This record gives sequence, structure tokens and C-alpha cells, in this order.
Amino acid sequence: MIDFNLLVAICILYVAFLFLVAFIAERRANAGQVGWLRSPLVYTLSLSVYCTAWTFYGAVGYAARSGLEFVTIYLGPTLVLIGWWWALRKLVRIGKTQRITSIADLISSRYGKSNTLGVIVTLLAVVGTTPYIALQLQSVTLSFAVFARAGADGWPMPDLNATALWVAGGLAVFTVLFGTRNLDTNEQHHGVVTAIAVEAVVKLVALLGVGLFVVWGVAGGIDPMLSRISDSPLATAPFNGGRWVGLTFLSAAAIFTLPRMFQVLVVENADERHLATASWAFPLYLFLMSLFVVPIAVIGLSDMPAGANPDLFVLTIPLSLGKEGLATLAFLGGFSSATSMVIVASIALSTMVSNHIVMPLWLRLQGQGATVSGDVRKLVLRARRISIGAVLVLGYLYYRLTGGSAALASIGLISFAGVAQVLPALLGGLFWRGATRRGAAAGLLVGFAVWLYSLFLPSFGAGAVLSADLLANGPAGVSWLRPQALFGVTGMDPVVHAVFWSMVLNTFAFFAVSLGGFPGPMERLQGAQFVNVFEHSSAARGWAHGGAEAEDLMMMAQRILGPDEAQSLFLRAAQEQGKGGYLPETTPAFLERLERELAGSVGAATAHAMVGQIVGRSSVSVEDLMAVADETAQILETSVRLEAQSEELSRTARQLQEANEKLTELSVQKDAFLSQISHELRTPMTSIRAFSEILMDADALSGGERGKYSGIIHDEAIRLTRLLDDLLDLSVLERGQVTLDAQEGNLRELIDRALTATGATEGDDPLIIRRDRASENMQLVTDTDRLRQVFINLIANARKYCDAAQPVLRIDVRRQGDMIAVDFVDNGSGIPKKSQAIIFEKFSRLSDQSSAGGAGLGLAICREIMANLGGSISYLPGQGGAAFRVRIPLVYAKAA
Amino acid sequence: MGKDVLLIEDEPNIIEAIRFILSRDGWSVYTHSDGQTAFDKVLQTRPDVIILDVMLPGKSGFDILRDIRADASTADLPVLMLTAKGQTKDRELATQIGVSQFMTKPFSNTDILASVRELAAS
Repeated sequence: MIDFNLLVAICILYVAFLFLVAFIAERRANAGQVGWLRSPLVYTLSLSVYCTAWTFYGAVGYAARSGLEFVTIYLGPTLVLIGWWWALRKLVRIGKTQRITSIADLISSRYGKSNTLGVIVTLLAVVGTTPYIALQLQSVTLSFAVFARAGADGWPMPDLNATALWVAGGLAVFTVLFGTRNLDTNEQHHGVVTAIAVEAVVKLVALLGVGLFVVWGVAGGIDPMLSRISDSPLATAPFNGGRWVGLTFLSAAAIFTLPRMFQVLVVENADERHLATASWAFPLYLFLMSLFVVPIAVIGLSDMPAGANPDLFVLTIPLSLGKEGLATLAFLGGFSSATSMVIVASIALSTMVSNHIVMPLWLRLQGQGATVSGDVRKLVLRARRISIGAVLVLGYLYYRLTGGSAALASIGLISFAGVAQVLPALLGGLFWRGATRRGAAAGLLVGFAVWLYSLFLPSFGAGAVLSADLLANGPAGVSWLRPQALFGVTGMDPVVHAVFWSMVLNTFAFFAVSLGGFPGPMERLQGAQFVNVFEHSSAARGWAHGGAEAEDLMMMAQRILGPDEAQSLFLRAAQEQGKGGYLPETTPAFLERLERELAGSVGAATAHAMVGQIVGRSSVSVEDLMAVADETAQILETSVRLEAQSEELSRTARQLQEANEKLTELSVQKDAFLSQISHELRTPMTSIRAFSEILMDADALSGGERGKYSGIIHDEAIRLTRLLDDLLDLSVLERGQVTLDAQEGNLRELIDRALTATGATEGDDPLIIRRDRASENMQLVTDTDRLRQVFINLIANARKYCDAAQPVLRIDVRRQGDMIAVDFVDNGSGIPKKSQAIIFEKFSRLSDQSSAGGAGLGLAICREIMANLGGSISYLPGQGGAAFRVRIPLVYAKAA
Repeated sequence: MGKDVLLIEDEPNIIEAIRFILSRDGWSVYTHSDGQTAFDKVLQTRPDVIILDVMLPGKSGFDILRDIRADASTADLPVLMLTAKGQTKDRELATQIGVSQFMTKPFSNTDILASVRELAAS
């Protein structure tokens, strides 16, 4: 018979062995020889913290009470791991890139590093996990009790409470020693994980050993075993579909949200690829763990005395058959299950408590938290150790308070349902960028409250916390608020009922509040990195070191401001600090300036966050910021391109409008031109028609009248002809189709001939011509007839329009390079400034002095001729009268 | 007949022709060539019929017609308008202002005589 002392000695030896394993693993890890410590096998085995004493002992009890329903507890995790590619992979990637330390940290980080959320999740985890730790303590003490009772001569029944206290104390020491040896940046504990893996093997071997003994040692083989199973009450256990779905969902959620599962699955993960192995190996482990549950339960129910606790069949069956060695192995299996759960859970909880509650409080008490120095590490470790102790004390107190009365399995499910409240905020944060901090907080609080009210508090039994009356009739008799029949839904299993309502209301609150608000800049930044983690990061990522701050800042600035602007900004700053090169000291002044520059591109809040994060070296890595910066730069680029396009479009629209205006103007001009032509043609025609009719039917006309009227007809016909000639001439000149006859001539002779043609050389001419004949003596090559036509026109105009009492026309000639300038200046009142621009247009007679006869085409023709000759004609303002300057090239070049 | 016609026109040869045609028919023909002062001439001569050119120096025939129609003492005077531009929009504008008759140059002598007679009779 194993006495108490021997059992304790075995326990101590086993724990010492675990110490040794953990110690060696830690030593190897510190020496850099991680090797097998980081194998997928160790990772998979460490996931077995899922299988606690509840599953080790409790699964058999569960099967004995409810048949195959216990399978749901393994079904959920199996489904999640098989579908690892969908969610777990993303979770692990985020955990590594963001350096996540716990599930509270994940939620807090995702929603803009909100510590409020961190606190909520931490409290939820503590409340949800404490009963579970109590459960482990209970299972260990109960297993001690089994051995005590089994002895016929028996050692005295030990004090269960004292045993629990000893166990709790021992676990606290172990956890503190290996869980808080050092403050690793990525919170990995090689020693603990290795010890957990060893315990996983012990659990499995123990349960398989009992199972094999039961099937072959008791039942006598597989066939008799199967027949006993079909004869047992298990075969006829009722099947409750709602509970199956609800419990499978719950256990699947637990994989994501249980603090200890998050710890081993995400935080302790050494390599993302290990997940791929675990995706089949862990379900296999669970399968083996559950393989003999039914046989053990069946044999226990039939062979054990009535009233024996089915939760302890794993121990009592071998003991009752005298297999003390096997019983001890089973005891160690249960012990392993309990200890591994408590160790990992208390590490996870202590991390949360110290990071989200103790540290923020301490920093606030210290006043300015920014000035803390190297002391923080020691402080954090101390906070962790105290937290571990506190968590175990809480567990012990809970154990004492509940008196170890409740059935193991029900506490497990209540705990699962509590931590599952994190699920909506977690998955929403992983896949939906619109999820907000307020939405997450609302969902968590609502779910937590519903869970407390409808499941946790009622679990203490009627009259314990909630009165029997309240449970039966609802608060103040409001029946639809009955804790176990919310909104009048009755007949549901209490656990399924609570899970259903808490998850529905939680999810609804999460989405409704998220949709009603808008995420802040920090939330957006973090949300982008979580949801798009695969685009933003590569798998293997070294921890960023803070040494190259200025360079990191520059890389980021370049992506936002563009290389040139960023480089000149950094160069200027470096020069001002008296440094060479492009990298200035990251002084506050410089950072402020940089932030302002960045704010111009991405807005102040984002700029602040980005600079703050690079300089503060917090958990967002530089590469992630780069990814965001790239995204921002792309958006900027796109918007710049869009702007350019829209500018181009409006430019085109403007051009079209201008073209349209020009066309309209041309159309108006054409109408005006036709109207002018019509007028100029019809006027002489009117006189001709009227007088020819008079001549035709008037016999009474005198000879003088007849002669006069014939003369008018003749003059008007000539006027008409001249007009048509001018029009044709202008049309030919305008189209550039004129054939010019270039020949050598003397300018003085040209002017002489022009004056003669206008009659200015006759003695009685009122117009006095002033000229310097000597300066006019120049040879030139041009179309002399055309040039003379221009001169004649200008002289005739002076004669017609010069309004001086004694009109004088001065002709000045001077040479300008290879051009000749000939000015015609009269002493009249000149041309008003506003008209100077239009005198060269067709039909632009300034006053309608028809008696003078011109149609307003003269100067237009002159302009066309000069353009064809490679020269120009222009009005010279400020000469005291009307003044025109004609410029002619000395030698006409056809190409010009 | 023995009635008065005021001819507002700036082209000397056309003045000569119309004066001849109307004088031979027994009209007294007064002429004026400047747009600016044409309305004063109208008030001064009080003719029975006005013949008005559109293109005049100083002021357009349309503006003069407006003045005539705006003044109560001349509003009912028959006005025959002549234009060498011959565009429909000129005719529309003239009708809108209240011209009595509209004629495009060149015209037939009998037409203009008939028009003036008709206007004087109405």
C-alpha cells in the first residue's frame, strides 16, 4: 500500500525532475542551443495545457453522466486547428510582428493601444480563470483523498485544505522560478514550455495505460469491451443537439481566448510553420486522450460501487484492482494536468496583471512616467512574481469558498463561457478594419455582464449570490429578466442559454457601437497592421533595435515626403546641429520639426504616432510603419495623379471653350464681314439702278441732267470695280497665294513714283510733303509694285484724313540692320488710342465719310502685303499726328 | 400732292436720285446726312413721311427710329427704312421698334414712289 509520505515523495521527486528539465532547457536556450527546444513536437505537446485535470479526470465523469457529449470538448479545438490557415496563422503572425505578450495585450494593441480594454480583458481573464485554478487544486487534493480512502488500514485522511495550500504554494514557487527568471522581450519561456511538453507525455501515457488495462486487463479484449459498452447506460444517453453545437462552439472559442492557450499558442510560438504540424498532431493527441474515456467510464459504472465519484474512475479502477503502480502513474498524469495548467495560466495572468494594471498604476503614482530608466525591468519582474502569488491565492480562496462541492465539468464550462466573451472583439479586430475601441469595450462589457448574470452567479446555487426568488421569477418579478430564461426563452440548457445570449448581445453591441463611431488615427494604424498583417510583414522578423533612429526616421520621411524633400530637410537639420552628412541628432526640436513636415502629408495625429513610435521603440516595428508609409504614399500619389488628371480635364475644357468662343467670334466676324460686303456693294448699285431707271423713262431730262446722271453711273461702276479688285486682292494676300515679283529698285524712286500717283507732286496740292531725299537713296530687292501700293495707300490716307488746317506729311527713312524703316507722319489729330488696335482690320473705317470713298480695306491690304514681303506695318503712337511705320527687308527672301 | 418728305441719308448720289424721283412726283424733299442731329431735323421740319437710312455717321438709323417712336409728337409719323445690309435680323429689329415700311437697296424707283405715296395716304 502506498502511504501518504511515499505519495508526497513521489510528487516531490516528479516536481524535482520537472525542475531539472526546465533548468536544462533554460540553460540550453541561454547558450543559444535552442535546437529541439523549438521543434514542432514540443510546440504541439505544449498545446496540451488545454487538457487539464478536468479533461484528465473529468472527461470520464462527463461520459459516465452524459454519454458521448464529452467529445465536444475535443471537437472544437480540432476544428480550429484543422482550419488553422484561416485564423490561427493570422493570430500567430500578428503576435510575432506586434510582439504581443497576452490576449489582453492583443486586444489593447489592436484597438489603438487602449489600456482600458487591456484592463477589461485582464479582469475578465482573472474572473474566468480563478475558478479553473481552484478546480485544479481540488482535483489534486481529491486524488490524494482517493489514495487515503483506498488504504484498508489507511493513513489518516489528510487535511484537504492544507494539501491544497501546499500544492498552490509549490506551484507558485515553480512558476516564479521558471516563469519570471528573466524579462524576455518576447515573453518566451523555454524551460516552462519544455517541462509542459514532458508533462503532456506523462498525461498521455498515464491515460493510455489505464485505458489499455481496462480494455485488456478488465474487460478481456476489444470485442467484450464493445459489447459491454453497448450494454451500458452510456449507449442510451440522450443526445442534445443544442448542447452539442453550443459546447463545440465554446471549446473552439476557448482555443483563441483562454489566456493559457493564447500563451502557448501565440506567445510561446517559436516558428509560424510549427502551426502546420500542430494542425494535425494536436487533434491526434486529443484523439488519443479521448480514446479510452468511454471504456473507463463503462467499466467504472459497472464495476465500481454505486455512488463512487465517476470523476475519479481513472484512479479508483486500478486501485480497486490492486494495480498500485498504474494508479500512481494515473495520479502523476492528473498531477501533471493540474500543474501544467496552473503554471501556464498563472504566467499568462501575471503578465496581464502586471502589464495592464500594476505597471500603469505604478507609472501614474510615479508622476511623469516618461523618465523611468533601467529600474523598470526589476519592477516588472517583481510585479509578475507578486501577480503569480496573487493569482494562486485567489484560486485557493475560491477553492475554500466553494468548498470543492460543484461538479468539475460545470466549472470548466462556466470558465470557458466567460473568456469566450473576448472572441467577437478578437476576430472582429483580426478581419474588420472598421472595428473600434468603443465597439470592443461595449461588446466585452455587455457579454461579461450577461455571462455573470445568467451563468456565473447562478452557478453558486440558489440563495448563494442570487436569491431563489430572483432565479425563479426574475428581478422584482420581471419574468423576462430571469437569469436562466432571458427574454422569456425557456427550456434551453443553462450553459447553452448563457452562451447564446451573451455572445449574441456581445456581438451585437460590438458591431453596433463600431458602426456608430469612427476609429481614431492610432486605431486605424493598428487596425491596418492587424487586418493586413500578411501584406505588411514577412514571416521572419528580427526585433528592431533603436540604434539607427535617425536613419529609420529618414527612411519613413522619404516615403512620405519624397526623397528630395526629406533629404534636404535632414541635411539642413544636420548642418544646423554642426554635423556632416544627412543624419541629425534626434533632438526634440528636430522631431517636432519633422512631425510638422509629416503632418502636412498625413495629418498631425498620424505623424505624431509615427514619429513617436520610431523614437519610442514601442511594439510597432519600423517595417510596419514603412508599410503604412508606403500605403500613405500610394494614396498621395494616386490623389496627385487624380488631381493632375482633373487639372488636365479642366484645361482641355478651357481650351474647348476658348476654341468655341473663337469659333463664335469668327462666325460673328463672318456675319459682320458679309454684312459689310453687302453694304459696300449695294450702295453704289443703288445709285446705278436709280439713275439708269431715271434715264430710261425720262424724256423730259435736259441734256445737262442726262450727262450728269450718266457720269454718276460711270463713277459708281468704277467704285464697284475697285471694291471688287480690293476684295480679291485681299483674299489672295490673306491666303498667301500671291505671286511676288522680286526685283532690284531704289527706295527714293519708289517714293517719287508713289507721290506722283497720288497727285502730290502737282503744284496746287494742299498736302505738303517733307522728305530727306539723300537718306532715301537705298537699293533694295523686293516686289517694288506691291511696296509702292502700300506707300500710295498711306499717302492717300494722309490726304483724306489729315484734319490739320495746313496738312503736312513727313516721310522719314532709316536703316535698321538689314531692314529699312519708312515712317509716314502727318500733323493731324492722329488716331485715338482705342482705335489703334483695329485700324488694320477689314472695313474698319473710323468715320463713315463716304464722300471720301474708301471701303475700309486699304490698311488691311497694306498689312497683308507687308507680311508677304517679309516686313511689317504698324502704327507709331506719340508722333504728334497719325504715324505709320513700314519695315522692309533690304533683300526679300522668298522663304521669309 | 404737295406733301413733305424728309430724307435722312449720307450717300450723295442716292440723295440725288431719290430727290429727283420724289420731286418729279410733286413732293417737297428735305435732306439730312448726319445721324447725330437727324431727330432735331425731324422735329424742326415736321414732314409727312420720313425716309431713313440705317448706316449713318454719328448715330444708327435704328436709334433715330427709337427716338421718333418715343416722342409723342412724332410717334405716329410714317417711316420708310432703307438698308444696304439686307439681313433678316435688321428687318426684324426695325419691325420690333415700329418701322412703317422696310426696303432693301437697291430699290426700283416705282417701288419707292409707291411706298411713299401709300405711307402718306394712310
